Amino acid sequence: MSVKAVIMVILYILLAPVMGGLMEGLDRKISARMQGRIGPPLLQPFYDVRKLFNKQVIAIGVFQSSLLLCYMVLMIFTGSIFFAGNDILMCLFVLSTASTFMYFAAVVTGSPYNTIASSRELVQIMTYEPAVLMAGVGFYLVSGSFRVSEIANSGKVMLFRMPGLFAAFVLILLIKMRKSPFDVSTSHHAHQELVMGVKTELGAHNLAIFTITEWYENAFLMGIVGLFAVTSNPLSYLGALVLCALVFFFLILVDNASARVKWDQMLRFIWIATFFLSGVNLLILMLVR
Amino acid sequence: MQIAVFLIIFPLLCAPVMYFVRDNKVRAYITYAAAAVIASASVALTTYWVLEGSRPMLLLPHAEAAGHLILAAELALMVLVTYLCCKHRKYWISLLSIVPTVLIAWQELTDVKPMTLCHIYIDHLSILMCLIVGIVGSMIVIYAVGYMYGYHQHRKDVEDHRNYFFMLLFVFLGAMFGFVLSESLLWIDFFWEVTSVCSFLLIGYTKEEEAVNNSFRALWMNLLGGTALAVGIVYFARYENCVSFHKLIEYAQMGEVPAVICVGLVAIAALTKAAQLPFSTWLMGAMVAPTPSSALLHSATMVKAGIYVLFRLSPAMGGTTTGNMVALIGGFTFFMASIMAISQSDGKKVLAFSTISNLGLMTACAGVGAHETVWAGIFLMMFHAVSKSLLFQDVGATENATGSRDIEDMHGLLYRLPRLGFYMFIGIAAMFLAPFGMLISKWSALKAAVDSSNILLVLFIAYGSATTSFYWTKWMGKIISKSHETGERMKKDITGDSEMWSMTIHAALMITLCVLMPFISTRFVDPLLVEMYGQFTDVLPNGILAMMVLIMCMVFAIPWVAYMHYKNMQTNYKLNYMSGVNMGDNKTFVDSFGDGKKLWLSNYYFDKRINPDRMMIVCQLMTTAVLAIMVSFMVGGALV
Repeated sequence: MSVKAVIMVILYILLAPVMGGLMEGLDRKISARMQGRIGPPLLQPFYDVRKLFNKQVIAIGVFQSSLLLCYMVLMIFTGSIFFAGNDILMCLFVLSTASTFMYFAAVVTGSPYNTIASSRELVQIMTYEPAVLMAGVGFYLVSGSFRVSEIANSGKVMLFRMPGLFAAFVLILLIKMRKSPFDVSTSHHAHQELVMGVKTELGAHNLAIFTITEWYENAFLMGIVGLFAVTSNPLSYLGALVLCALVFFFLILVDNASARVKWDQMLRFIWIATFFLSGVNLLILMLVR
Repeated sequence: MQIAVFLIIFPLLCAPVMYFVRDNKVRAYITYAAAAVIASASVALTTYWVLEGSRPMLLLPHAEAAGHLILAAELALMVLVTYLCCKHRKYWISLLSIVPTVLIAWQELTDVKPMTLCHIYIDHLSILMCLIVGIVGSMIVIYAVGYMYGYHQHRKDVEDHRNYFFMLLFVFLGAMFGFVLSESLLWIDFFWEVTSVCSFLLIGYTKEEEAVNNSFRALWMNLLGGTALAVGIVYFARYENCVSFHKLIEYAQMGEVPAVICVGLVAIAALTKAAQLPFSTWLMGAMVAPTPSSALLHSATMVKAGIYVLFRLSPAMGGTTTGNMVALIGGFTFFMASIMAISQSDGKKVLAFSTISNLGLMTACAGVGAHETVWAGIFLMMFHAVSKSLLFQDVGATENATGSRDIEDMHGLLYRLPRLGFYMFIGIAAMFLAPFGMLISKWSALKAAVDSSNILLVLFIAYGSATTSFYWTKWMGKIISKSHETGERMKKDITGDSEMWSMTIHAALMITLCVLMPFISTRFVDPLLVEMYGQFTDVLPNGILAMMVLIMCMVFAIPWVAYMHYKNMQTNYKLNYMSGVNMGDNKTFVDSFGDGKKLWLSNYYFDKRINPDRMMIVCQLMTTAVLAIMVSFMVGGALV
């Protein structure tokens, strides 16, 4: 591992929660403005988490907390692999292992709301996995490498070569970031029919860990979005930021403009969209190679 | 080099002993000893071969006497099958045995000495197969001793023919060794038929109507494959005057028409053995047999024979019509079988569908025929053999203890039967979770599919791995979920020591394999590919493999550390949230009549959306069409 990689990993570990928290604050603010409200202060998510950490540990069972901690560590590890410039497919596989631990943490409680929501979480994972994997394959086809560092320095703007894969990836971000219409397993808003979905049994300390892990995850996902724009040119990092901002705004817009669908509608829609957007894009990439 | 011959003959000699020793205790000890001998002989063969320089070895250049013996045995097999078919009034199936046997006999008796290099050929691939059959296979035999005891305790309706059962197991092992070590196509055909008939007899063990029907389905499908094999072999032998397996591949690579056609027919035969669509139903039907035979059919033997042949053929299949069709069928089977597995709640059925699905991926790897895909396929085969065998044994033991193998009844298994629950958890994790071997192999299969620009296979893998994780993860969730029944019906673990030993060794073996993966890759699999393809470039750099080992340690260490961290932490434990209507615990709530109602949690099975029976028929029709196209292309290509 080079020095640069180490620095990037340290930066990720330190800054990702800040970025994730800010994104959530911004999200709440923009959503509120879209709904004609003023909304909470930008730093409200940080206040919330600090308050949660000061409470006593509340749990359903001893396994719940430990599995949740695994989820967090593996998620941080996923992001570290990515920002260290390592293999992107490996990173995606560790990501799915992290999600699996989240599922375990939810289902181990034996709580009815949690169990139903965690089943839906599994459906969500199944729904977005093809698009995520194919995005990784697309990067490989364009840059000739699975390594993030080489993809980032390939000198090609991925977005222009893989627009279909990018579109599919943005669609599944709606699922990953738990945005309407695909927030079937849990939602940021208080209108989830399953109480709080997979978060139902999370209280205090555990909820704080869960929230921070999601921040890490969102920062990592935005990293992938950025990878679509990054080239060896330093200026492209600015482009990546703009792209991330646009995608982020798009997600919030859709979140506020659509109603939740049922899980099977989600599965069908995303799979078909992935098939056409990603599949056709991949086919073209393979043909022109 | 007597060990190789010993490996084939010893199990075959054990078989009559098993049959004639009627005392269960005595037979159990003989079984343990024989299994130990077989496992150590396969290790000894490997050691000897490595010490000799790991080069291909050709043995038995002249074996006329053995050839005659095999011909006689083949005829006897034909008589046996014909008799059984007539007894059960399935007359037409006997034709599938008579035709190939007569063909082979005609070939052997009329042809002037067709050329073979030798009769036994030992190289990396056959050594690998020997290790799988020898170690996993003998472990299953050991497990079977304890299992069959428990089985006949709770299945009083089934007649106790354990001597017959163990005889079949040993014949099976002997035939498998013969199959993977043979170089002569005529010998391969013979051992092929033996495994077909053995599996038929094993499936029909209980003699119930369903078992008999399923066993005949397995029989006709496998014999159909055997017929294709025999036709291919005789056709090739007639034209090229040669019955050597390696020559066949060599000629096919050079594009000689008879060899190409023969490869196509052998590939079809292999598809039947490997239970690919449209021939998958026989493997599903094989579930009625006692668990050790399912474990044997699914993990170490039988289906792996099909995969072994496909790997052997893969250098000759890459880029040809046959190869493309095989890859298509494999990829399709991988995806479809994993969807069908989602709808199943019977543990053994899920395992069966997952076997078909994984075999599909291996088949696809062989069909693409690039050395990267074969690299991935070999690892898939290794890991699959061990973890599937572990899972079958575990489900079998769980069924003996709880009386059910339904996944819904495994709710909270980790707390009720901790050892079995733990091993099941490990076994499932190994099937799909990072960083275990199966996942790495799947990853390299994906990479190889991209490299060979096979878009269909990429799509199948991308979607198929999503559905695969779905059905495995929900099963794992069931195991660790808080029990409905704690304190009420804690099951007694009646798993015997032999069974436990076998499972423990499996689990240890699997973790060792995962940790040693970089080593195995450079020391064994890379040379194997050099042997097959003449050249080799790294599929996954060793740095990545090493990193995987690191993640592996993390995945084991973190939960433990986290558990230790939280165990002594001041925690306020609360009840579940049930809208405030819990009845004082997590198991009951107040219903709308004000009475207590038991909470019952269940998984998603999509049973309203997925109808496996109907789906299977559609898939069979589609793949049959693909096969028909493949055959007509082949025949057409030959005639032009």
